[in-house]
Amino acid sequence: MRALNEVWEGAETLEGARLEELDRLLGGLSANALYWTAGYVHARARAAGPQPDAAQPAKASAAAARLTIVYGSQTGNAKRVAEELKERAESQGLNVRVLRADAYPQRELAEERALLIAISTQGDGDPPDDSRALLRFLNSARAPKLPNLRFAVIGLGDSSYPKFCFIGQQLDARLAELGGTRLTARADADVDVERVAGPFARGAIDAAKTLLEVPATRGAKVTSLRPAPVGHSRSRPFAAQVLANQRITANDSELRVHHLELDLTGSGLRYQPGDALGIWPQQHPALVAQVLATAGLDGETAVTHDDQELTLQRWLGEKRELTRLSRAALVEIFERTGNTEGKALVADQAACVDYLAGHQLLDLIARFQPRLSAAEWVSLLPPLQPRLYSIASSVRQVGDEVHLTVAERIDQVDGETRYGVASRQLLELAEGARVPVYIEQNDRFRLPADATRDVIMIGPGTGVAPFRAFVQERASIGARGRDWLFFGHRHLRREFLYQTEWIAALGSGRLARLDVAFSRDQAERRYVQHVLRERGRELVEWIDGGAHLYVCGDATRMAKDVHQALIEILSAVRGQSLDEATAELDRLADQGRYARDVY
Amino acid sequence: MEASVFSPLSDVERIKTASRLLRGTLAESLDDAWTGALRVDDTQLIKFHGSYQQDDRELRNERELAKLEPAYSFMIRTRTPGGVVTPAQWLALDAIAQRYANGSLRLTTRQAFQIHGVIKRELKPTLQAINAALIDTIAACGDVNRNLLIASNYDASPIHAEVHAQAVALGEHLLPRTRAYYQLWLDEEQIAGTPEEEPIYGPTYLPRKFKIGFAVPPSNDVDLFAQDLGFAAIIENGVLTGYNVSAGGGLGTTHGDARTYARLGDTLGFITCADLIKVGEAVLTTQRDHGNRSDRKLSRLKYTIDRLAVDVFKAEVERRAGVVFAPARIVVWRQQGDRFGWQESAAETPGRASLTLRIQAGRIADREAATNLTGLREIARIHAGDFRITPNQNLAIAGITPDTRAAIADLVRAHGLDLHEHLPPVRLNSLACVAFPTCPLAMAEAERYLPAFGAKVEELLENHGLARADIGVRISGCPNGCSRPFLAEIGLVGKALGRYNLHLGGDRLGLRLNRLYRENIDESEILSTLGGLFARYANERENSEGFGDYTLRRVLEVGAGEQP
Ligand code: SRM
Ligand SMILES: Cc1cc2nc3c(=O)[nH]c(=O)nc-3n(C[C@H](O)[C@H](O)[C@H](O)COP(=O)(O)OP(=O)(O)OC[C@H]3O[C@@H](n4cnc5c(N)ncnc54)[C@H](O)[C@@H]3O)c2cc1C
Ligand SMILES: Cc1cc2nc3c(=O)[nH]c(=O)nc-3n(C[C@H](O)[C@H](O)[C@H](O)COP(=O)(O)O)c2cc1C
Ligand code: SF4
Repeated sequence: MRALNEVWEGAETLEGARLEELDRLLGGLSANALYWTAGYVHARARAAGPQPDAAQPAKASAAAARLTIVYGSQTGNAKRVAEELKERAESQGLNVRVLRADAYPQRELAEERALLIAISTQGDGDPPDDSRALLRFLNSARAPKLPNLRFAVIGLGDSSYPKFCFIGQQLDARLAELGGTRLTARADADVDVERVAGPFARGAIDAAKTLLEVPATRGAKVTSLRPAPVGHSRSRPFAAQVLANQRITANDSELRVHHLELDLTGSGLRYQPGDALGIWPQQHPALVAQVLATAGLDGETAVTHDDQELTLQRWLGEKRELTRLSRAALVEIFERTGNTEGKALVADQAACVDYLAGHQLLDLIARFQPRLSAAEWVSLLPPLQPRLYSIASSVRQVGDEVHLTVAERIDQVDGETRYGVASRQLLELAEGARVPVYIEQNDRFRLPADATRDVIMIGPGTGVAPFRAFVQERASIGARGRDWLFFGHRHLRREFLYQTEWIAALGSGRLARLDVAFSRDQAERRYVQHVLRERGRELVEWIDGGAHLYVCGDATRMAKDVHQALIEILSAVRGQSLDEATAELDRLADQGRYARDVY
Repeated sequence: MEASVFSPLSDVERIKTASRLLRGTLAESLDDAWTGALRVDDTQLIKFHGSYQQDDRELRNERELAKLEPAYSFMIRTRTPGGVVTPAQWLALDAIAQRYANGSLRLTTRQAFQIHGVIKRELKPTLQAINAALIDTIAACGDVNRNLLIASNYDASPIHAEVHAQAVALGEHLLPRTRAYYQLWLDEEQIAGTPEEEPIYGPTYLPRKFKIGFAVPPSNDVDLFAQDLGFAAIIENGVLTGYNVSAGGGLGTTHGDARTYARLGDTLGFITCADLIKVGEAVLTTQRDHGNRSDRKLSRLKYTIDRLAVDVFKAEVERRAGVVFAPARIVVWRQQGDRFGWQESAAETPGRASLTLRIQAGRIADREAATNLTGLREIARIHAGDFRITPNQNLAIAGITPDTRAAIADLVRAHGLDLHEHLPPVRLNSLACVAFPTCPLAMAEAERYLPAFGAKVEELLENHGLARADIGVRISGCPNGCSRPFLAEIGLVGKALGRYNLHLGGDRLGLRLNRLYRENIDESEILSTLGGLFARYANERENSEGFGDYTLRRVLEVGAGEQP
């Protein structure tokens, strides 16, 4: 409420009992319901007369002169692109609004004149969670004809997935089908988003400017509702100190998972349960040395790129991906070196995806022996990206600390061990060391505002991390709703992450139920979805009672299997068809009662 | 009933009372998939079913840091009266040890098998497999009558066989009657409406464990006077006429708690075979009603008897049994340990022989040096007689037929089961309890320390020209005394990792408690102390005087001026 008062400074404010009453009415409403209410109240306000203070943003009716930017994002990349588009547009004097896909008022679409969309692809060519409803609407027969719409889409994706930027492509095609005209051609951004996002932004904003007829002279003087971000951010990470780094799988486990505690004191960084911590990793010196040796390069060579001069050693160690390559990078490398075998590989989409999943730069160099100069390597290799880790703590319990649950990522390639860059570094960090971090908000993965709601958490493996934060938070605020955790891993004895804490939470009653599946403790593999099925009836009872469902962890198999299991459970218990059950899950997702954070 | 004198009741009494004849919430505990442990109360009840919840103590710290619960597992102990099993049963236990446990079998000082490392999820299949081999684990632990300790070599004479049979009958009589075991582990249906009761024990069983031993003099291999209740077979004119009864033995103590002590049983008198069951039951129910149910440290029969006075206790037993004790018969005891190697059997089984093997600390496993587990499996496959665990953690292969004799002898040699032919006496007559890493009560190493310690003592003896000296050594990891160290000539009782109390002065017959000689010393001090004593013993011993007798006469008594 304080935020509201600030926004409407100078206007009449609600106080005391009336404010409380409003609060009570709004408590527990889903995001969708809140947006609906906001629209309703807005309409009532307009009917009541003009707003006293004119210092408000552009009028809603100003669609004609306004650029709308919508983003659909799971891990924040598309959101960042949207914000960059907005900045650019504002600097050009455009009147802009930025909306997350699930906040976009669908009925305004028909009147929209200029629309930019940044959207990523998730799962196996699925939309990000926040965009599911909008896409359903657009793909349905109810979608309006859009003869007046001028639009542009930038898709975000990862070329190592089979359905690269599928959602962006789909959306782009559909908007055109509905009668829209492209402001500029669709762009497909790979993991090195900037490479494509920069040119797209220039093209799209220039076109929008022409369309909206903003005189080139008009100054870029628009006050943003939101203050410019101050303090630490993705581009200005905070060097957090490691307070503890503890292995939490048994020593005889084949899997290494660590619990990390980092100190955020003085950073000004704030997080909520559900958020992730971004980490800017560095390559292991041994790997850099090996790459240099295998490629026959001298690490001391100075290379200037993007107006920056660094030694090759530093470029590779601090600024370039060596462990995760993109298909785009491969294409360019093989173009440049004219390697026919390599060209054949990248031409076969599926083979290329397989290759990328199992190989790193080192393997590529060893096999294809591309001869490239230091400068060429720096320009061809994707820029090093930060890695995200679900936050496993609640500030209410850990204060200035932030806790993470990090699994080692290793593969064997031709008898050699290949490590993931960030997980390797995090696992090796000594107490007292520092690592650059920032907070990646995830508003799609939030505890119910109404603490009397029950919560069902499905988090096998490191997917359990955010639920540690959830349970800490609910314990601190004394939430009256019940918590039910589903966990799975390989063995009870070796890989039950945070076992003693869950048992303590059961003992205190904070955790009402705990169900586990240890896949390798019996002859047949057993996973969380199997346990979910066994608990189907009670699950549905909880859902009927208003419980919120959360799924976190592996996207490739787990999230899909769990989703399918939930559909089948709903269908079996309710006697619904599978389609009805699917629709019901969609509804739950739309109401913010079925949220997923999968990777 | 005096039980009300003791209040408040100990927590275990509450658990037993609420347990519905040993069921508790064991079924629910087994279903708690998120933990390898039982619910707290059930950890007491599982004992009555023959199992202890344990955890690997060496992993405790690292697992705590890793936010993992302790590495829980279960030890299972068999009820094998007198330690007798068939080759088929041996093979079954061997398979169970490999499939469900840590790949080893442990022979105990009460002639039972223990397996370690069974995880909760596999408790039920393991117990089912054991029962499928016609062995059960009922009352192998818990506040009940435990596995019967019976003079080994039961076919050494017809009398041995008779004693064995009578002992087994008493044991059967004293078994709990609850169906809980069968329902929980063997899926027996619970028949609604059938009332269940424990005619002998009552719903709260005994105040504490209760142990019975049967000896056939002159061998006291069972350490009869360490038992709550002891029966010494009386043989007159070649006929078993009855038993001398002793009661109130027990060795468990607590460091620093002067109220606890080791005690030898008092001989109450002689009874005929016909009165055996009546007297056995009367002693047990007297303890049931008069034992301390408030403080478990003071609840063994030995404390009950000292509190009531022996005469009062004896009169109560006579009243309950309807039997009057006759004066005890004179008994001569000659030995405490086992006789190793080949022995021809009694006339009843002509041509058969038995072979007693030395098993160090009772542990049978496959090690690089010797593949004992495999060896005994091979033997079980061809053996026609049976196997018997001795009360000293050793193993007798009994009833070997002439046609398998050579093959068994070969297997014994091939798998390093022939220690009895190589080790000096001091290393044959030693015992060690389990202790680390499984025993939750262990303060110092025992089983794992015995081989190294034995070798060092062997060397010391050699240095003093005493290589063939037959000295009994027993190590316990704590003062509970599971290897009966308080009856040894040299007893080590654990105080802390690497540190022990040194006890001296046992008589090699099990008739005399030894005494604390040095407190809380480490290995080098133990060895230098023993070195000094061996030097004196070599010079000062009289005739065939044993080391225990010598230390009592010249080391413990000197200056102390007290009587043994
Ligand atoms: C296996 C065995 C020692 C061995 O190396 O062979 C043994 C092992 C244990 N004994 Fe014992 N006792 C064993 C014979 C004895 C004996 C000797 C005897 O019975 O002849 C004694 C001394 C006689 C006596 O009872 O006084 C003995 C006195 C104890 C005590 C002390 C009892 C007391 O009155 O204070 C405890 C602790 C307790 O009961 O609280 C104990 C407890 C234990 C436990 C179960 C520890 C526990 O309570 O958690 C040990 C399991 C360790 C493990 O990891 O396996 N054990 N225990 C013996 C199993 C016998 C059997 O098959 O039933
Ligand atoms: C929102 C979110 C939350 C997350 N939370 C957690 C968490 O709580 N705990 C946790 O441990 N992890 C979490 N992750 C995953 C984490 O961000 C990293 O992806 C992971 O740690 C691996 O990173 P790395 O730098 O160690 O490995 P990388 O260096 O990125 O890659 C390692 C290996 O992956 C292979 N590879 C490269 N590209 C691909 C590809 N496209 N497909 C398949 N394989 C490929 C390569 O062979 C390489 O050897 C989360 C991810 C997201 C998006
Ligand atoms: C679980 C998961 C599945 C993904 N599946 C695809 C895919 O099928 N196709 C694709 O092009 N990109 C895929 N990606 C890559 C993302 O689209 C890419 O990381 C993008 O930058 C994310 O943008 P966002 O943070 O805005 O969601 C996937 C990423 C994750 C974590
Ligand atoms: S004597 Fe102590 S350490 Fe040894 S087994 Fe018995 S209880 Fe455990």
